Amino acid sequence: MSPPLLGVEEEVQSNVSSPSVDCGLGLKERNYLGLSDCSSVDSSAVSSSPDNNKNNLNLKATELRLGLPGSQSPERETELCLLNSGKLDEKPLFPLLPSKDGICPSSQKNVVAGNKRGFSDTMDGFSEVKGYAYAEKSWMFHDAGSDSESPQTVGHGKYPGNSGANVILSARSPGAQASVKKDEPANVLQKQPHATNGINLKQTDISNNKSSAPAAKAQVVGWPPVRSFRTKTLATSSKNNDEVDGKPGPAALFVKVSMDGAPYLRKVDLTTYSTYGELSSALEKMFSCFTLGQCGSHGAAGKEILSQSKLKDLLHGSEYVLTYKDKDGDWMLVGDVPWEMFVGTCKRLKIMKGSDAIGLAPRAMEKSRVTN
Amino acid sequence: MESSELKRSKDSVNSCESARRSSFPDEVLERVLSLLKSHRDRSSVSLVCKDWYNAERWSRTHVFIGNCYSVSPEIVARRFPRIRSVTLKGKPRFSDFNLVPENWGADIHAWLVVFAAKYPFLEELRLKRMAISDESLEFLAVSFPNFKALSLLSCDGFSTNGLAAIATHCKNLTELDIQENGIDDIGGSWLSCFPESFTTLEVLNFANLTSDINFDALEKLVGRCKSMKVLKLNRSVSLEQLQRLLVNAPQLAELGTGLFSQELTIREYEELESALSNCKNMHTLSGLWDATGIYLTALYLACTHLTFLNLSYAALQSVELAKLLAHCPQLKRLWVLDTVEDKGLEAVGLNCPLLEELRVFPADPFDDEIVHGVTEAGFVAVSFGCPRLHYVLYFCRQMTNAAVATIVQNCPDFTHFRLCIMNPGQPDYLTNEPMDEAFGAVVRTCTKLQRLSVSGLLTDLTFEYIGRYAKNLETLSVAFAGRSDWGMQCVLGGCPKLRKLEIRDCPFGNAALLSGLEKYESMRSLWMSACNVTMNGCRLLAREMPRLNVEARGGMPRHLSLLSEMLGTRQTENH
Repeated sequence: MSPPLLGVEEEVQSNVSSPSVDCGLGLKERNYLGLSDCSSVDSSAVSSSPDNNKNNLNLKATELRLGLPGSQSPERETELCLLNSGKLDEKPLFPLLPSKDGICPSSQKNVVAGNKRGFSDTMDGFSEVKGYAYAEKSWMFHDAGSDSESPQTVGHGKYPGNSGANVILSARSPGAQASVKKDEPANVLQKQPHATNGINLKQTDISNNKSSAPAAKAQVVGWPPVRSFRTKTLATSSKNNDEVDGKPGPAALFVKVSMDGAPYLRKVDLTTYSTYGELSSALEKMFSCFTLGQCGSHGAAGKEILSQSKLKDLLHGSEYVLTYKDKDGDWMLVGDVPWEMFVGTCKRLKIMKGSDAIGLAPRAMEKSRVTN
Repeated sequence: MESSELKRSKDSVNSCESARRSSFPDEVLERVLSLLKSHRDRSSVSLVCKDWYNAERWSRTHVFIGNCYSVSPEIVARRFPRIRSVTLKGKPRFSDFNLVPENWGADIHAWLVVFAAKYPFLEELRLKRMAISDESLEFLAVSFPNFKALSLLSCDGFSTNGLAAIATHCKNLTELDIQENGIDDIGGSWLSCFPESFTTLEVLNFANLTSDINFDALEKLVGRCKSMKVLKLNRSVSLEQLQRLLVNAPQLAELGTGLFSQELTIREYEELESALSNCKNMHTLSGLWDATGIYLTALYLACTHLTFLNLSYAALQSVELAKLLAHCPQLKRLWVLDTVEDKGLEAVGLNCPLLEELRVFPADPFDDEIVHGVTEAGFVAVSFGCPRLHYVLYFCRQMTNAAVATIVQNCPDFTHFRLCIMNPGQPDYLTNEPMDEAFGAVVRTCTKLQRLSVSGLLTDLTFEYIGRYAKNLETLSVAFAGRSDWGMQCVLGGCPKLRKLEIRDCPFGNAALLSGLEKYESMRSLWMSACNVTMNGCRLLAREMPRLNVEARGGMPRHLSLLSEMLGTRQTENH
């Protein structure tokens, strides 16, 4: 888990004079021979973008925000810093994301988007690589070299003499926790679940531990590294197999269904059923050794009457029962409340062994009396 | 050689710079070099001398560009005048996991414009992680009269309308391969756009798409394309429809079924079974969505010669898998979901002695409450039964150092070892120690290792091992690992063949980043996100390495992403 940002100190005066000026100057077509076309890109063209970035101390943007994987907070100007580039077009290259000022080269479908980043012509025969690299003096971070990495001294505003600075800075450079981390390299790991806390990490314990650090879990974007295409497809597959046309309804209500001893969960869309009986048979098909304990409901249409023998079996704990977790987090037996109410309050389904569920019934009755 | 040719060759001797004169006339040299297919060989050849450089560039017909920002299309066109086939890769791999913002780039259009002008006879285009719009697809379809093969893998930006344009205009199309893309699926009518007279299709893969297609059109298309070898259907195609297709295409070598679950009569079942087993050339089988035990039996007879079985969309249980595998003795590649559990993997070890590649995907990767899935035991079982195993991708929730040591002892030929312990930073669950020794064993034993993904609780020691022993390593993926800059420095200081390094959520900072300056010249790309790198470090890097494309991004919550796209010294041969 990435430790929290201490980016505030770092950003400081990113109203650096550096940004625009030489952005792209001397950085067009570079060939390996070191004969760079120093025909400058019109810096004014490029500067329009950094001008937006300049003086843009947007402290709000340093707030920690938790986004869903893949989401981006709309107000943020996530800006791209191209620190080095070969060929630059006249169009401003940054930011990448559609920003408010409308500079969004990447959304243009033409050549500009393709040239967004620089190319360097190094393929003109034999390359002599390193030698010439330092001949190009376009980048001049005169006092950059002395920067230590402690955020306090990160005076990013201090690239004054930088006629050659090709940086378009983003307003915030949350350079992470440089100084903090230096002294405590183990910090990172401690923030992660189960890292070095010496707990016996058997499988079940892992589950328990996870519940103690749920927040950390939720924040990991893109982990485990499963392609989104695959997870989407699997999600589709594990939906109710009884779907006729394979398309979810507009207001689908998916809840997870787990079963003791089953290796994986399923998901069902409660809106595709209208009775407990339908739900029961669907789940039965999914988890083929499952029986709904009580599916008679009070006041709901189409209820099913269980045979006496099934109820008896239930009481002896030899059958599975279906339970659900409601809005309050309590586990209740399914079937006690009217179907519509059930759909409204059910957050999760679980198929438990009958013997485990015996204690639930009374509470469910009480609760429904209260809420009713 | 004819005497006249000898004479000609003597005259051309002067053009060669090396002391040892080339005695081949250009035509012969070109002819010889045209037989070279490997990009690396061609790269080496082009460096011998000016003559060879020229002969190579004139004889090259396929160009591979592993990083679309490493070179411009104009330069490619200038150097290689006779290209017929292009492969381009764009976004960093972590874009698959939502770590790269949308509209990042990698748009193909600029390339197409240049190709239309310089390579009017272009025949093949294969893209991976590029952005391509419907307009671009239409442009492609009308600009290249000889166009034959289009393959889009993990691309985005287009819809089925773009596919319709391809189907309509590409009269010579032999391959349409649409895989795992972010495609806007508007409807299945694109398939009906293939003209009635069109018969050349050999590869059709639309498994990615979700909407219904016109089955009638598909049936007719398959019926008249007698050379079709690869057919991968989408979910909307039922078992009954599959049977009808197969009856007309018994020559198929690769089949991707549609939904493998439907209520069939006895007769329908038998017909399906018969149609499947009639495909005597079938060596690859995939699709199988929602396949359950009942219908898998229909496959048994068809599996005798199967070498690649992709069950990664079928949540099979261990028993079902075991029964199926008993009929697949020739299997070399197997992809499954972890619903098969360790018992299923034991069956793999027992039934598939020729297995070379195994991928085990998690059925529910984001769910904390899964207590099962596969463990180290399953992996170990496979290693005992499949000594030829050299490619593995394994998602699990627990692992031990000892198990990995055993695995690589059994299978020392690993070229690709991708182990994902799904809980970040999880140690050996028996000893509670870091997983350093596991990966140490891997790199020490598997000398041919080219690709490695590490996971679990790892200290810098892991990276010391990697730097010291992984002499053939080209791709390394690291997440939630390491203790200090030293780890990354070890890798950058060792690993002579490193090309791609992707790192996320590790405590590596500027010192580590800047220790690799020399290294970056020979690499294709470096990705660092949520590490300790600062903007300042990025600037330093950019200053020191002006030929590098350094892209640094701030602003994403809690992420400083540094993406460096390296310009190798030999760009177009980068791979």
